[in-house]
Amino acid sequence: MPGLNMADIEKMSARDAFGSALVAAGEKNPNLVLLGADAIGSTRAAAFADRFPERTFNFGIAEQEMVSAAAGFALCGKVPIATAYGFLISLRACEQVRDDICYQNLNVKLMSTHAGLSMAAGGTTHHSTEDVAIMRSFANMTIVAPSDALETVKAVQAVIDYNGPVYLRMGRGSLESVYSSEFVFEVGKSIQLRDGGDVTLIAYGIMVAEALKAAESLALEGIEARVINMHTIKPLDEAAVLKAANDTGCIVTAEEHNIIGGLGEAVAGCTSAAVPVPVLRVGINDIFCGIGPEDGLRAKLGLTAADITAAAKKAVALKR
Amino acid sequence: MEKLNAEELGCKANEIRLDAMVMGKQAGGGHLGGGLSSMDIMTALYFNVMNIDPAKPDMPDRDRFILSAGHKAVGYVPVLAEAGFFSKDLLSTFNKLDSPFGMHPDMHKIPGCEASTGSLGHGLPIGVGMALALRMDKNPARIFVLLGDGETHEGTVWEAAMGAAQHKLDNLTAIIDYNKCSMDGPIDEVVSLEPINDKWASFGWNVIRVDGHNMSELLDAFAKAAGQKGPTVIIADTLKAKGMPFAEGDYLWHYGCPSDEQIEETRIYLEEK
Ligand SMILES: Cc1ncc(C[n+]2csc(CCOP(=O)(O)OP(=O)(O)O)c2C)c(N)n1
Repeated sequence: MPGLNMADIEKMSARDAFGSALVAAGEKNPNLVLLGADAIGSTRAAAFADRFPERTFNFGIAEQEMVSAAAGFALCGKVPIATAYGFLISLRACEQVRDDICYQNLNVKLMSTHAGLSMAAGGTTHHSTEDVAIMRSFANMTIVAPSDALETVKAVQAVIDYNGPVYLRMGRGSLESVYSSEFVFEVGKSIQLRDGGDVTLIAYGIMVAEALKAAESLALEGIEARVINMHTIKPLDEAAVLKAANDTGCIVTAEEHNIIGGLGEAVAGCTSAAVPVPVLRVGINDIFCGIGPEDGLRAKLGLTAADITAAAKKAVALKR
Repeated sequence: MEKLNAEELGCKANEIRLDAMVMGKQAGGGHLGGGLSSMDIMTALYFNVMNIDPAKPDMPDRDRFILSAGHKAVGYVPVLAEAGFFSKDLLSTFNKLDSPFGMHPDMHKIPGCEASTGSLGHGLPIGVGMALALRMDKNPARIFVLLGDGETHEGTVWEAAMGAAQHKLDNLTAIIDYNKCSMDGPIDEVVSLEPINDKWASFGWNVIRVDGHNMSELLDAFAKAAGQKGPTVIIADTLKAKGMPFAEGDYLWHYGCPSDEQIEETRIYLEEK
């Protein structure tokens, strides 16, 4: 990636990686414009705003206007990147996303930060735990959720190069590195991070690192887990899912999202039609999550490696 | 509740400012900029203007306060504690796992809190609903909705502004904390609200402009609003982070964590006032 040093990226928070990637993309494409809603600083899109002030538009605290205006930009030949926290794009501007972006099938990139529970003590109003369900239900929409800083940088560039509406879902803080070596990121093509024949763990975002840890502890107990990073949740990489169902006979999905409408349902929907195997879903069990630090909340809600490990054992038992 | 006079209110507000800072510090940070710019407004309401009884938070004819700019919870929660809705000991749990309080208020967990808020632009429409419902019941309660200035960028604020005028809601008072800053910067550089008085007047509201850090002006404004026909907006000129001498007027203090030294500096600064 021009101007970006991989070693530096690995140390960045997801938001900072996002900012750097935006600048790199802006250098390449003069039609790229940045739209914000009084959170250009806190989403870290500010790096782009500093570099390209004439291509940056702050709408104030008016997310609905921002998303509809993005449609206007796209209709006049620009490539708008509309940025806000996940709940604001998916909930506040929900109808604008459906009618103005998806229905009109415009080349707009909705780039959200503070995914899942990463706004922690912000509480329910600031958690983004329904966004994937909402975005999945819109025809024409593509959903991408990177799992570490390096993948965030690649994902930003890939979705900008991709033609059509995209919802990019990014976290807030530092992410554990998932990738140790160079890899190719392609929208719609999942990445297998580990092979195994007993169970497949499929995750996205922050839960990929947890799935890798779960696979390690399962291995100690003689259970070999395949781990798939499903960075594109829609369109789902059905080939990889069906292959996993055939090869390992059971699947556990993991996501920092309500289990209703998320990756788990997408995977179960895919397997049930072709290779019906047990699919267990690790996620938020349809509750509002409350207040607390990120780690504490995730532990309380059952979103840790240990929870994935337990689900994997259940899944393995179910297939016998 | 016993009503404090203007001078007492000023002292009370400054005491609570320090509670808010300590709480924000313990939590590792908080929205002190907006929490402190609104402190005099909230103190005037809770310790003089509103008909409330912390011992009876469900009293049917109580006045209602809605913190539409929910991120100001770091200021609001210690006001409720000081008013006696719950013990001040609880403040140290702010933002911790399973605490009743976090960055945005939860009505099911905080005694005295009338609505869960946090996403901006919800409070005024909720207030319209309350005002209509209470009027139907001939309930004399007044409804006060506190908005951030940046918050009024949201379209829902103006939908509610039209609705409140249409329904001639005498019992509804909005207060705008006009600290001239939102999150990304000075509000005139983000999206300006000017001419703010004319905008609200043209939407059919009575407009009262006050110094939001002058208790006498605030008390007069609330008294005047009570006698008006139709909804009233009090536009309060304030300073972001008011009371923290190193931060007053600085949008970068929208969210922040004061050091022990800064809390001490503030204590001395406020005591001299
Ligand atoms: C609908 C919505 N958009 C964005 C945010 C994120 N946010 C929290 S506070 C804030 C700035 C608020 O500015 P203002 O209303 O002026 O409040 P104050 O300056 O008094 O803190 C923003 C953008 C939010 N909470 N809700």
